[in-house]
Amino acid sequence: MPTFKVFRYNPKTGDQAYFQTYQLPDVKGMTILEGLYYILENLDSTLAFRSSCRMGVCGSCAMHIGDKYRLACETQIADIGDTVTIRPLAHMKIIRDLVVDLTPFFAQYEAIKPYLIPVGEPPTREFKQSPAQRSKIDIYVDCILCAACYGSCPVVATDEKYLGPQALLKALRFVNDSRDGATNDRLSYLATDYGVFRCHTIFNCQQVCPKNLDPTGAIGKLKMKSLIAKFTGKLKKIG
Amino acid sequence: MFYDIVIVGGGLAGMRAAIAAHDAGVKVGLISKIHPVRSHSGAAQGGVNAALANHPAAKDDTPERHAYDTIKGSDFLADQPAVEIMTSDAPGIIFEFEHWGCPFSRFEDGTIAQRPFGGAGYPRTCYGADRTGLYMLHTLYEQVVKRKIDVHYEMFVTKLAVKGGRCAGVIAMNLHTGEFQAIGANAVVFATGGSGRIYSVNTTNAHASTGLGVAIPYWAGVPLEDMEFIQFHPTGLEGSSILMTEGCRGEGGYLINNKGERFMKNYVSEKIMELAPRDITARSMQTEINEGRGFEGRYLHLDLRHLGAQKIMERLPGIREICMNFLSIDPINDPIPVHPAMHYTMGGIECDKDGLTRMDGLYAAGECACVSVHGSNRLGGNSLLDTVVFGRRCGNHAANKVKNMSQTIDTDTLKSAQKAEEERFKKLRTAAGKENPYTIKNDLSNVMMDKYGIFRNETDMKKGLEEIKALKEKFKQVRGIPDTGKFNYDFLWVTEIEGNLDAAYCVALGALSRTESRGSHFRRDYSKRVDEQWLKHTLFTYKPDGPEISYKPVQLGKYQPEERKY
Repeated sequence: MPTFKVFRYNPKTGDQAYFQTYQLPDVKGMTILEGLYYILENLDSTLAFRSSCRMGVCGSCAMHIGDKYRLACETQIADIGDTVTIRPLAHMKIIRDLVVDLTPFFAQYEAIKPYLIPVGEPPTREFKQSPAQRSKIDIYVDCILCAACYGSCPVVATDEKYLGPQALLKALRFVNDSRDGATNDRLSYLATDYGVFRCHTIFNCQQVCPKNLDPTGAIGKLKMKSLIAKFTGKLKKIG
Repeated sequence: MFYDIVIVGGGLAGMRAAIAAHDAGVKVGLISKIHPVRSHSGAAQGGVNAALANHPAAKDDTPERHAYDTIKGSDFLADQPAVEIMTSDAPGIIFEFEHWGCPFSRFEDGTIAQRPFGGAGYPRTCYGADRTGLYMLHTLYEQVVKRKIDVHYEMFVTKLAVKGGRCAGVIAMNLHTGEFQAIGANAVVFATGGSGRIYSVNTTNAHASTGLGVAIPYWAGVPLEDMEFIQFHPTGLEGSSILMTEGCRGEGGYLINNKGERFMKNYVSEKIMELAPRDITARSMQTEINEGRGFEGRYLHLDLRHLGAQKIMERLPGIREICMNFLSIDPINDPIPVHPAMHYTMGGIECDKDGLTRMDGLYAAGECACVSVHGSNRLGGNSLLDTVVFGRRCGNHAANKVKNMSQTIDTDTLKSAQKAEEERFKKLRTAAGKENPYTIKNDLSNVMMDKYGIFRNETDMKKGLEEIKALKEKFKQVRGIPDTGKFNYDFLWVTEIEGNLDAAYCVALGALSRTESRGSHFRRDYSKRVDEQWLKHTLFTYKPDGPEISYKPVQLGKYQPEERKY
């Protein structure tokens, strides 16, 4: 029978955070999220955790499970072991139990202008984009904003101004998009003190990304592009 | 708090409405119980229909043909003028998404790629791999961020504030504080999504997709429409019922029974095969399973192996990932075990082509709404389209309506509605009952699956109705909800269950009352469509002792009902 050791914290009670142990039934294929719902529905309805799609696409349920950050919904209990320790995402304020305050994460996302800035007026039909051009944004468009990378990044831990792996990966998604016309503005912003060069290439984000999107690699590409832009005189002065 | 327009729900319909209203120059507040990017629109996989005529085999496709396919697919219950609006707005709205950066897959000539889908005469389903909903959802959120539209996420709306038949705003629990809040508005748009979780034992839907979104307006006197029409998607993953996109079959996947046979040839023409509309495919599959041609008596095979590794990895990477994570199988090497799973509610809040409901100041859009463009059976690829076309229309209409209205916040109405919610929560906290609400939720979903599934009959449905009534009684004896302060998910889920019970009641009563078979509603005891008697929409009006049923005519147009053959 699997045992869950779940991080608990409620500021309302004034108590210190602690781990609570729950015994779960042995069900073949049961996921961590199903386990959490089992607890909520049968053992302890006060447990707070985010979830929605339960199929690995909404990004709600990233948490520290066993040895690393994962999505609770697409992780089977059997793959972790008999005892599963579950903690909330790190580097953000814990609101209650497994729920953290994602405000800084979304603030960094917003900071990179996460929307297409096309050149000129759009055509009457679609912008033409060849499959080869489209492949340059492959995988980077698959980010589900789960914040597993953000929670795992030691630079984020020590520097709240750092844009962080998600925002930078998202920035590459636009820099690489053949329809976007703001590359130099974007790189100029990303090459400042809290952008790409703040990344210490620690690879935590790459290890934890549940969609295998390689934020570390994306940041590496942006570093290269920023340097080329700098040495060809294309970077603009920011701030 | 006050906005010209408050939008409840942050999926595709809600965000598209918010953008339209914002661009029309009014102050918009978007409220959602989850962050917009968590919305279940993002789980849509296969694509969105628009007659772009990009596919080499679809050069003569037109919005009219799209409309005909949709109307025929609906088994002639859709309102034809609304369908024509949807299909003629489709190309423009898809180009708009593309101009906003939506990463659609591409054909060699650089145009948006399109694939065949069920019930469609042409390959007209625009797609981005098998993550079309995710891409569209994120594209809209990007545009919301760009416009700096106010988003209040993890605000859980529980009630409408109504005075003299006019909607004055909503009451919500702010999960971040655990307190109730009143949000005043000159117009409120409900875009809360579908009610799939009333079938929680076997649905492709997210935990968040509950019946509460339709129940809140229903409780306030707004009629619901066509609730008996529940779509079963042919291919839910065995066990978890996670969606395996229709795109699997659009790309050429086979459905195979335990005799190794592509059994669809026994149900539809050899030209159509696996790409019959969902109602017919789901019924055919269930028949195979019921007659002993399934595997382990439960499922069939969705076989993609002949497509080859490259096509699977390029067009269906998300499907492969889900199969690997949840069942530890790889569709490149193994067939996928699938069975039909509840997927979509064709019915919802009664509204017109601009989202107007019968309550002054209240609009509806997306899956929670019933325009009706899907009638008794929705075609794959039409739900994403419905959300954005009618989300946009609804946002525009509401904006024009409120533009010149003064920001007269009805403090008394809001305050008393908020107080009523606070009182209700207090009662729930101190309830002395013993019933576990989640047992009620699970029992309800078993009743729905057993009695109001793919095949229905009077005896079972009558029994089911009594069971639903009994569960409603049980709910009155539910145990107290602990006051945990912030993020009281127990309160949220228990409130959702109350919504599920009444949404399910409407499904059940509507299905029992409709003595014919049409689209997704199939009765063994009345297996024929009866247009003389039943070419009409069902309406459900809230009464304390159960929904009151009435009917309204279908708006026909160019197409007269004909026998539906594929």
